[in-house]
Amino acid sequence: MTTRLISDLGGLPAGSIDRSEHEPTMTERRIDAMMILLRAKPRSFWVSDENRRTIESLEPTTYAESAYYERWVLAMKSLLLEKGILTEAELDEKVSEVRSRKQLAKI
Amino acid sequence: MTNLFNIGDLVRVGDALPPGHIRTPMFLRGCNGTIIKHFGSFPNPERLAYGLNGLPKINLYQVLFKMDEAWDGKGDYADGDTITADIYETWLEAI
Repeated sequence: MTTRLISDLGGLPAGSIDRSEHEPTMTERRIDAMMILLRAKPRSFWVSDENRRTIESLEPTTYAESAYYERWVLAMKSLLLEKGILTEAELDEKVSEVRSRKQLAKI
Repeated sequence: MTNLFNIGDLVRVGDALPPGHIRTPMFLRGCNGTIIKHFGSFPNPERLAYGLNGLPKINLYQVLFKMDEAWDGKGDYADGDTITADIYETWLEAI
């Protein structure tokens, strides 16, 4: 049985809308830049529709608990793996490298 | 490509529940509306979403709905309020 997409909220009870604004944080700017670079020529790894499909396909609790740009990061990771641009092993390796760098910085 | 509908035509939105990346919002499925604009034809986003080329292109329209039609009287809106949505031709049928 097909149900509505996780992003298709029209008409569902949702409480009041948070209309507060904030300047994009540096992390948000970086995520935005990375997404643009991956999608733009000459890479053209995917189009916005694929990005939307991937975000809609996130595990529902993850989707609900993630901020807007966190969903972008998860979508980027998923699409990079799906398209074979990165492998799980490469990602794991980079993550541990960054973690150990942070660990060193604390000493 | 030739457009199936013209401005002023009455249409009904499909009430299908297909899987996949769908752009037609659930709250408008099965609703009757009026074509108010033809934007042109575009690659099909429901296919682009899966890395396909989205061809053949399909027509995209702006469709006007009465809020009563969309929300069935349940909601916070005034008499005569309307809402528009951009809907692809594959989701529309003539009434």
